[in-house]
Amino acid sequence: MSRESILAAIKNNQPEQQALPDLNAFRRTGPGDPAAFRKVVETLGGQVFGISSYTEIQPLMAEHLPDARKIVAIQEQYWPGALTEWEAGDGRQFEDVDLAIIPGQFGVAENGAIWITDIEIKERVLPFITQHLAIVVSSQDILPTMHDAYEERIARPEGGFGVFIAGPSKTADIEQSLVLGAHGAKSLTVFLYTPKS
Amino acid sequence: MEHQHKEHSVLAEEFNADEARVNWHDETLWWVRQKRDKMAWSIPEWEDLREAASRIKHNVLGNLHDYLLEFERNAQANGAVVHWAADAAEHNKIVLQLLQEQGVKRMVKSKSMLTEECHLNPYLAEHGIEVIDTDLGERIVQLAKEPPSHIVLPCIHKKKEEIGDLFHEHLGTPAGNADPKFLTAAARQHLRAEFIQSRVAITGVNFAVAETGEMVVCTNEGNADMGAHLADVHIACMGIEKIIPQRKHLGVFLRLLARSATGQPITTYSSHFRAPKKGQQLHIVLVDNGRSRQLGREDFRNSLKCIRCGACMNTCPVYRRSGGHSYHNAIAGPIGAILAPNLDMKEYADLPFASTLCGSCSNVCPVKIDIHQQLYKWRQVITQEGYTKKTKAAGMHAMNIVLSKPGLYKTAGGVGRWVMRTFPAVVNNGLNPWFKQREMPEAPKASFADWYKKNRKQ
Repeated sequence: MSRESILAAIKNNQPEQQALPDLNAFRRTGPGDPAAFRKVVETLGGQVFGISSYTEIQPLMAEHLPDARKIVAIQEQYWPGALTEWEAGDGRQFEDVDLAIIPGQFGVAENGAIWITDIEIKERVLPFITQHLAIVVSSQDILPTMHDAYEERIARPEGGFGVFIAGPSKTADIEQSLVLGAHGAKSLTVFLYTPKS
Repeated sequence: MEHQHKEHSVLAEEFNADEARVNWHDETLWWVRQKRDKMAWSIPEWEDLREAASRIKHNVLGNLHDYLLEFERNAQANGAVVHWAADAAEHNKIVLQLLQEQGVKRMVKSKSMLTEECHLNPYLAEHGIEVIDTDLGERIVQLAKEPPSHIVLPCIHKKKEEIGDLFHEHLGTPAGNADPKFLTAAARQHLRAEFIQSRVAITGVNFAVAETGEMVVCTNEGNADMGAHLADVHIACMGIEKIIPQRKHLGVFLRLLARSATGQPITTYSSHFRAPKKGQQLHIVLVDNGRSRQLGREDFRNSLKCIRCGACMNTCPVYRRSGGHSYHNAIAGPIGAILAPNLDMKEYADLPFASTLCGSCSNVCPVKIDIHQQLYKWRQVITQEGYTKKTKAAGMHAMNIVLSKPGLYKTAGGVGRWVMRTFPAVVNNGLNPWFKQREMPEAPKASFADWYKKNRKQ
């Protein structure tokens, strides 16, 4: 067991303690700007639609992905008639899913990232293994920066797994040429939902 | 043979044999550096963020003992199994045992510089287990039987035609097809099959939060998540310095990491692994491998703040023109050159000298490591310990004699100028390393001291 010897060496060698910096100066007051959020998601290769009803999702996706057959929707209202009973399995049942539509808890305006946890999506692998991904997020739930996100919304972990997703899966490993669709979703569609008042 | 590897200068010279390729390599990395600048300059509080990140990491170094215990306690409460490894050999043994318990012969791994440092893949291969690297760049160098040449861009030294040839040979793509989009699609197909069949997945760790016992893994491709979520057993390997105190500190590091690395606002996926999914095992291997020793070296402990963004490599005039393989270490570039001598001072004695000490690395470092100053200090330690090359040591010794005696210095200067004026061929030849790629200057007639004496009177 090396645990004790490692810990003893660290205790012996670690420098004098220094205080942690105050991060409050990095916080913004007020909500994040949905227009700025939209712009960053588009720069990252995603597409963004403003919607005022979930019924708009189906026609918009049908235009973008006319060949999508196997569709998983986390909330039935996103896509009436989507696959049901998809939860049985170890994740491999999603191997041939064309499109997954999932809810996002909130978005971050500075970098286009959307927070998702396994509480909503149940199967962790779903947003990665699906060929195409759509995330529904309320335009009320846009925060300015990552500091605001961690302080206001996710100071404590919920669920066993959470992820910020910013844009579709991508790589530039071959001569720095940007290619969308490395291992995860080949495309990302974000629906910014603002209910009619 | 004295060393296992050729020296940096020799390997750099080999890389420089193809001038067009060196220029391309240089320009490509400089382009990444420029993308980083654009991102950094778009954030008014960028310098404050760097300062905050550096101070958080300093706090970590001073409390590492307690933070590790806090992390272990919380990770165990989350349902993870925590292992401790003193060195690379123990790390590899722990991983092998976990794989043997599962009866696994072939499994996937996402990018982990730690497992490169520990040479895990060849060790597992010796025991009949094949590791499939799933980061596209890492898979490419793996097929080419090479190590990564850059910690963020593992195959940055390869041209797309070479990758096309590799894929033709190993994945059966059509000969001569070197289109990045086509090749990426082929790799996606090939690696999806590996993710589906793999029952164990190894990932690296970018940040481990003491407060919550969770680990954050950042990728653009989604390979860490594809592997970890489909596997029955997830093994996360991390150096002990990856600890950060609280969850809110992720806000600082996630803002800095991708902007510094590739000029993106954030990586596509920033995954927070806290508890294993139902029915899954989560193992975390905490690895020391010299880190606790480096922690005790006052001049060098700041190197442990590194978040592995690679910005120091992209900006380094030596790295860009010598290539990652010239550093003969898992981590290349300026940061590799200050980490490696801690692992083996003799083996890596050449690396701190592979620098112009221009300081650009320190200027771009998101956690403000004084990289160029540490390079300079390592040179002194290495020379004192007697690990410098004999020719370099002899030259330094001669310079010390001449520079410490003013009379001798004056005479030597006069002789040198006379020789350079009268017999320029003595210095303008291949035996003089300063003559490479440049003409020697014409020697002045008088020394500066004589010139000053004469002109001060006027």
